[in-house]
Amino acid sequence: MKLVKEGAPAADAWTHVDDDGELPDGAAVIVSLARFKADRDALMGRNAPLGLRLQSHEPPADVAEDLTRFEVVALEFPVFRDGRGYTHAVQLRQRFGFDGEVRAVGDVLWDQIPNMLRCGVDAFEVADDFPLEAFEEARTVFTNVYQPDVSGRPTVFELRHG
Amino acid sequence: MYRYDEFDQTAVNERVVQFRGQVERRLKGLMTEEQFKPLRLMNGLYLQLHAYMLRVAIPYGTLSSAQMRMLAHVARKYDKGYGHFTTRQNIQYNWPRLVDTPAILEDLATVQMHGIQTSGNCIRNVTSDPFAGAAADEVEDPRPWCEIIRQWSTFHPEFMYLPRKFKIAVVASERDRAAIKLHDIGIRVVRNEAGETGFEFWIGGGMGRTPIIAKKIKDFVPKADLLDYATACLRVYNALGRRDNIYKARIKILVHEMGLDKFAEAVEAEFARTRGTVKLPEAEIARIQAYFALPAFADLPARSTAFEARKFEDRAFRDFVRTNVRAHKAPGHAIVSISLKADGVAPGDASAEQMDLVADLAERYAHGEIRVTHEQNLVLPHVPLDDVYDVWTALKAAGLGTANIGLVSDIICCPGLDYCDLANARSIPVAEAIQRRFADLERQHAIGDLKIKMSGCINACGHHHVGHIGILGVDKHGQELYQLQLGGSGAEDASLAKLTGAGFPPDRIVDAVETVVETYLSLRDGDDESFLACYRRVGMAPFKAALYEAR
Repeated sequence: MKLVKEGAPAADAWTHVDDDGELPDGAAVIVSLARFKADRDALMGRNAPLGLRLQSHEPPADVAEDLTRFEVVALEFPVFRDGRGYTHAVQLRQRFGFDGEVRAVGDVLWDQIPNMLRCGVDAFEVADDFPLEAFEEARTVFTNVYQPDVSGRPTVFELRHG
Repeated sequence: MYRYDEFDQTAVNERVVQFRGQVERRLKGLMTEEQFKPLRLMNGLYLQLHAYMLRVAIPYGTLSSAQMRMLAHVARKYDKGYGHFTTRQNIQYNWPRLVDTPAILEDLATVQMHGIQTSGNCIRNVTSDPFAGAAADEVEDPRPWCEIIRQWSTFHPEFMYLPRKFKIAVVASERDRAAIKLHDIGIRVVRNEAGETGFEFWIGGGMGRTPIIAKKIKDFVPKADLLDYATACLRVYNALGRRDNIYKARIKILVHEMGLDKFAEAVEAEFARTRGTVKLPEAEIARIQAYFALPAFADLPARSTAFEARKFEDRAFRDFVRTNVRAHKAPGHAIVSISLKADGVAPGDASAEQMDLVADLAERYAHGEIRVTHEQNLVLPHVPLDDVYDVWTALKAAGLGTANIGLVSDIICCPGLDYCDLANARSIPVAEAIQRRFADLERQHAIGDLKIKMSGCINACGHHHVGHIGILGVDKHGQELYQLQLGGSGAEDASLAKLTGAGFPPDRIVDAVETVVETYLSLRDGDDESFLACYRRVGMAPFKAALYEAR
């Protein structure tokens, strides 16, 4: 797997830890919502960055009070057809003002990247041979947008009127 | 009519480039068919029984003559010389080759057309009243709002992978000519007491295997909130709609399972948080409305002597006027419907030559505007009464003069087993057999308003749930069987049809329909009582008795 940010491979400082996995000393870990709930105190007490992994049926609202404790929220796309993560990403950014990394993990396809970016995803865990060209295309495929998105750029409705 | 500006044109052109890349990646094997499927679907490209099928969007059923000519061109160049107008006011081509599809989309883009979001689990092409702008009973033209929704829903980043498809319809009259209560969201444009425009929102309607009439979720959404409120509805649905079972994934099931009150509460909470997010400047509403300004109609007397004389002289023309010509809001004008239900033609089919002719007639007589109806017919919305006879004469010569709008032979019908890989039974041959049985126009007129709607499987593309008489083709142990349903309506008095009882084999379904019609004729309270009114008065029992007890 590789991590892609801003269209380029990026060093991944984070380790996904299973629900029954050991917590590596001092390392930045991403844990599931179940693990976070079960080991809340231990995880908070560690002197290391913490990330949260949400399954597609776990909306950010379920963990709203604690979102400030995470530097990364990883949204799972179990299958590319499951589009709940788009709404979760928008909620993270707009409703909860989450300004850490929002990472897409799972079944992410070339043609979904533009929309994920617009919904607030800014990091992608993809297969090693996933073409970087897709990220380039994602930035250029559409010049303008009809809907407001997390970038805050004006929509076509607004551009037409200065 | 709306015309693209550079923003709209750029978006469609960029989509063509994107799709070309997707097709190339697919042909090179860089993407599996499973991965390609949602991408091609979102451009209207299906894989059918025999070939690919391309569905082209006709936003809110409005076409210019130039666009209609392009549809004819596509039919001629890339297909077998005809196209099929659908119940969602779109057109489908049944025989395009995959390699040609980027070129087809490129050709369509030259007249501001595309296949964007005509399929897939996204917000589909928005539909509307085919009489919009011409109907005397509308509070205002609904199409500017349709266009605003079209733009907002195009490439919506959050709502491209919904649990299931999502259909929106908008009307602005008491009369519902777009079946809004059978849509995921139905919108009726209304005015409040202060005279301000707003929207009545209906939610969770739909057909398919679990037909449900939409429920009213909000009486009045102010126009500035239209897109924020719609976004809130979609967001709640995207987060909570079922994804475990494709047959329970539509919003109607979510609304049903949550209950309207709880669903509405969730929408209100989201709406309260996000109100004001989607900026729709007044100037932008005005800009879009300006495109739909009515053509400059000639100042004509309400009554046309020439028209009245032709009606008097020519009985066939009189029949045509009775069913196919409706009052227009401008004096001396008429709304003329063109039936695509001629005997021996699959309902909704039109040849390239017929499309060209309609384009010419629209240009010559009707301000260059054409509409497609959800009942799979065409409409010339603005024809001077003085010209109706000439229009009809030209239509008749091309096999388009059938005087049967709203009558028993004006059947809505899905493509069925002849084309569709979902179908369980053929539907076109049955529709044609019914048309032949009731070929006598005098008899059709005597029967009066009667909507027969037919689907070849439970997905209900032929709207059988809302047919006055609905027919559903099923497969029982390898045999085609046709179930009969009575008493449905997709209009403002929406209701779901009820099953009569056991289904009928192909050689008996037409007799069964005729039995229902004869029973109605024997029961009706005068010639003015329509089939639906009669059914609602007498109930199912006498029809059931006639269908099953005599045998």
